[in-house]
Amino acid sequence: MDPDRATTSGARPERCGWLSVRTTLSMRTAAEGPADELADAPSYLNVTGSELVFVLIGVITLGAALLCVTSRNVVRAALWLVVTLGGLAGLYLVLTAELVAIVQILIYVGAVVVLLLFGLMVTRAPIGRQPDLNTTNRPVAIVVAVAAFGLLVAALIDAFRFAYLDLHIAGQGSPETIGSALFGSWVLAFEVLSVLLLAALIGAIAVTRRDVGAQGRR
Amino acid sequence: MNDAVMIGIKVVGVLAAFLTLPLLVGQLEHKAMAHMQGRLGPMYAGGFHGWAQLVADGVKFVQKEAVIPTAADANVFRLAPAVALLPYLLVLVVIPLGPGTVAEALDAGLFFALAVTGVGVVGMLMAAWASANKYSLLGGLRGAAQLLAYELPFVLAAASVAMAAGTLSLVGIVEAWTPWWLLWQAPAMVIFFVAGMAEIRRPPFDMPLADSELVFGYLTEYGGLRFAFMLLAEYVGIVVVCALTTVLFLGGWRGPFLSEDLGPLWTVLKIFALSFLVIWARVAYPRLREDQLQRLAWQGLVPIALGQLVLTGVVVSVNS
Repeated sequence: MDPDRATTSGARPERCGWLSVRTTLSMRTAAEGPADELADAPSYLNVTGSELVFVLIGVITLGAALLCVTSRNVVRAALWLVVTLGGLAGLYLVLTAELVAIVQILIYVGAVVVLLLFGLMVTRAPIGRQPDLNTTNRPVAIVVAVAAFGLLVAALIDAFRFAYLDLHIAGQGSPETIGSALFGSWVLAFEVLSVLLLAALIGAIAVTRRDVGAQGRR
Repeated sequence: MNDAVMIGIKVVGVLAAFLTLPLLVGQLEHKAMAHMQGRLGPMYAGGFHGWAQLVADGVKFVQKEAVIPTAADANVFRLAPAVALLPYLLVLVVIPLGPGTVAEALDAGLFFALAVTGVGVVGMLMAAWASANKYSLLGGLRGAAQLLAYELPFVLAAASVAMAAGTLSLVGIVEAWTPWWLLWQAPAMVIFFVAGMAEIRRPPFDMPLADSELVFGYLTEYGGLRFAFMLLAEYVGIVVVCALTTVLFLGGWRGPFLSEDLGPLWTVLKIFALSFLVIWARVAYPRLREDQLQRLAWQGLVPIALGQLVLTGVVVSVNS
């Protein structure tokens, strides 16, 4: 690894996640070298209870996600999505990010999936298998999915390869910590996202209410 | 060992509350509704004023055959009552009954309660779709539309309290509560209570069930024990919404006197007073039509909740 690259990837966690805002977090990065990391973090062979739970929930989440995309029935697929999103919340919880876990449930299970199910039931919700669920775009979709997966995995490994999160430090995922990080270091990103959501909201209204303008002209 | 005993006591306590409070509310509903309508209500089961009527109902439900319609999606149909019921059990875990009397005092308890109550709706949608019945499906659609409309004022009203108290912890909110909140948080309290009633689909917000139009909405195909669980979910829902209103707006275990000693008693008293209001609303108001229901949420509750949020923000920042 050349030295320039090492420093950039070493500096990255300082900029790219709320996790790294707290100084109490023991983030070990490539800049400090794998040798330091191995001295500090427990070995992969020495599995703790929470690591075991993490892997188990991860397997459940992955299985539910696979069932979600392979299910022959749209409503069942949406219900598997509930399990997947719940499993993700469980993973956050194991990582002591309790607020993120609760928000995951509140927004995704409580609102997004309910909206999804509502949409499905209004339009098309037959019981049983649906033979016409596969699109002709399947090969393209596979290529895009594999490419996106590869990109995400590569980016994550590059950024957090030697990152180690000590789960015994209390309060690192508490509302207070996340709140002060969100409205301190990340307030600009927060505001930009708010504007984006507002634009999407107005766009949705403009798309659905085109009839209002037409009536006015008449 | 000591920890294990404490956890055991807590689990038993939450389960006891989960199994008895809804029955008490149900019995209160039987009797209060009957007397408001000039009837006596159940008088025979158990002897004294029919106190065992709901136990007898439970025994009856257990004996019934569990019917699953041929066209139904059997697995989803079976799972739906559990998904509808369990979230409320989880919410009871974080609700403080008295000072120090809480099964699990979460840092983000308020958020947890709001998030988990929302999950129960997935159970209703599962029941609605899996029944393979058009009345059930229509009921489910109405229920989903209702939840999407009322979730927003529900969360906004709760956010107002969280801002006023400066914490998301339910215990912290009760500790920060002062009698003044009854005045300047009153709009939020009314919104929270009304939206909560809509969220658990109690009359006058029972369009999803609407027995005069949709047979029995998403419960049409249910019978026996599964139907009993669905009904239980409704009554636990009443307890949860009333308990949350008590904790957030009425000062939880804080009473006019002896708050420290009689704490849990005050909480339970307030919960039952609010439950009585829920029952009273069922007798007093006709069912809202779908368009009235949506208008009340989007044009009534949401703007008032936003106004309350602004007021709370101003007061909090002036005070600090």
